[in-house]
Amino acid sequence: MTVTIFVPRDAAALALGAEKVANAIIAEIAARGLDAKVVRNGSRGMFWLEPLIEVSTEHGRIAYGPVKAGDVKGLFDSGFLEGGQHALHLGPTEDIPFLRQQTRLTFSRCGVTDPLSLDDYRHYQGLKGLENAIAMTRAEIVAQVTDSGLRGRGGAGFPTGIKWKTVMDAAASQKYIVCNADEGDSATFADRMIMEGDPFVLIEGMIIAGIATGATKGYVYTRSEYPHAIATMRQAVEIARAAGILGPSVMGSVHAFDMEVRSGAGAYVCGEETSLLNSLEGKRGIVRAKPPLPALQGFLGRPTVVNNVISLASVPVIMDRGAAFYRDFGMGRSRGTIPIQIAGNVKCGGLYETAFGLSLGEIVDHIGGGTATGRPIKAVQVGGPLGAYFPRALFDTPFDYEAFAARDGLIGHAGITVFDDSADMLKQARFAMEFCAVESCGKCTPCRIGSTRGVETADKIAQGIEPEKNKALLADLCNTMKFGSLCALGGFTPYPVMSAMNHFPEDFSPAPMVEAAE
Amino acid sequence: MNMRISAGEFTERSLQIIRDLKHLEGPMLPILHAIQAEFGYVPEEVKPVIASELNLSRAEVHGVVTFYHEFRDHPAGRHVLKLCRAEACQSMGSDRIADHARQLLGIDFHQTTLDGAVTLEPVYCLGLCACAPAAMLDGEVFGRVDELCLSEIVAGLNR
Repeated sequence: MTVTIFVPRDAAALALGAEKVANAIIAEIAARGLDAKVVRNGSRGMFWLEPLIEVSTEHGRIAYGPVKAGDVKGLFDSGFLEGGQHALHLGPTEDIPFLRQQTRLTFSRCGVTDPLSLDDYRHYQGLKGLENAIAMTRAEIVAQVTDSGLRGRGGAGFPTGIKWKTVMDAAASQKYIVCNADEGDSATFADRMIMEGDPFVLIEGMIIAGIATGATKGYVYTRSEYPHAIATMRQAVEIARAAGILGPSVMGSVHAFDMEVRSGAGAYVCGEETSLLNSLEGKRGIVRAKPPLPALQGFLGRPTVVNNVISLASVPVIMDRGAAFYRDFGMGRSRGTIPIQIAGNVKCGGLYETAFGLSLGEIVDHIGGGTATGRPIKAVQVGGPLGAYFPRALFDTPFDYEAFAARDGLIGHAGITVFDDSADMLKQARFAMEFCAVESCGKCTPCRIGSTRGVETADKIAQGIEPEKNKALLADLCNTMKFGSLCALGGFTPYPVMSAMNHFPEDFSPAPMVEAAE
Repeated sequence: MNMRISAGEFTERSLQIIRDLKHLEGPMLPILHAIQAEFGYVPEEVKPVIASELNLSRAEVHGVVTFYHEFRDHPAGRHVLKLCRAEACQSMGSDRIADHARQLLGIDFHQTTLDGAVTLEPVYCLGLCACAPAAMLDGEVFGRVDELCLSEIVAGLNR
């Protein structure tokens, strides 16, 4: 029987040398005349172990990692095709604690299957949600998504079912499903992993959204910084079209749905939904005032669902297993699972899908295992460049939309960046302002000008120029940006700035040397 | 790549691209990506052609091109090295890697080496945040980049 060896094709695995490993394995199979083949899967999301190679044995899939091309010969010598012992042997993949303790609903297939194999997709419960949706009325589908408690995983946390209902009820000759895959936040890579590791689940989610709302055309708007995701998504769309899953009759039903993958061009603000729509239309990515809501006047002025990748990719499992199954995970008003992305200076970084409710401390200390450098954790930034910095004192905060908001933070797209004690929080606050200044679309004054003034003020504090006055000025500026900006870019930049200033006041103290010189 | 292209040729080649794509809904970005793939940048000469084909003003086309960081107004070097400068990479010492890159190449960000071999650019997130610091060379990605790794990438360039 042919032995299957899995070597990930995920961009992070490639960045750590997976291509060389795959080539070395293929060469070794040929040289030894073995009956084995290499399948390129997505990533399991344990990046400290990538490239993580798996061998399919009679005892299940056995993992080895992190594997370098130079290790390959030794692996074959150790009999790894039968799951043999080796220094890199990790045992059955599913038994690795980081993976075993997760609740993988949205990411159930990611890293397990060949991302472009429809047979694999079907074998692992793919298309079941869509089959159920086809047999239901629009209102029933929307009700199921609403009842599941699914909220927008892009960061805003708006109930997905309610957005769908608005579009369903809107009368128009053409409606759209737009997938926001403009994952620009540092520390986030869940969208990228789905697009590279299980693209059909996103396609299935978009088709279900289309059937539910009466939209027949979909767009995935992703980033030019994600060439691997773009290539995989485009191939998956073609495969789905050839198989009759996309097209004038979705899986032989009366419903039509087709989609395209579009690439942005390096503008962070295009992750904001109205800016994204302008960009998709071919304009400057300037933020639009709301109302009108995109649900009523979105792409080309027509009713449009704009949902994040993870929101849409969570729909198939909800339609397959039912609203109650999904809703039973989580806490409070945060229902279901959330793919937490643990990144930065962390020992065990990766993607950890779990029910809402774990504390921040459990996530970074126990799951992430502390810092990669071995130094104490100083701060963690949750929610990307617009998220707050949390000190250890707040590590008891449960991972939940409302709990984070109550502590002047946000979970955003659920990315966590860990910093060790060498981090300078004034420098991080300055960076937040600088990033906002570079990426501001320029439409509203608080964001456009406030961010530039913020950089200057942070510099004055660093130079010890009237520090108390300038700290007060920075806080005042943040207040103006928070309440006066049109969108989350200017509106949320104060989160990292104010949290850095409030939780780490020692880093905002004037440099004594400069004081003496004055 | 470096051969001189006449204005007429710019028009002819870009017209072909525009006519292939103008049927799309919101064709501007796909057209600009294709133009940049063809010429290595978005030449000034092409803007009026796009404007005329899409029934827009030249100012509107210029406005779109200049809004996005990705579109260039002049050709890049033969290789483009992008270093991630966002938070997750900062936490793993990307500032130090950036200094090393500047020193190795003798240029700053947004500049190209005198021999036209390498353009150095910042990028804000490659989605490789759990194996930071990250870099991308002409579409090939690198994780856990340290000084040695960067030196090898640069030494391996076909200059």
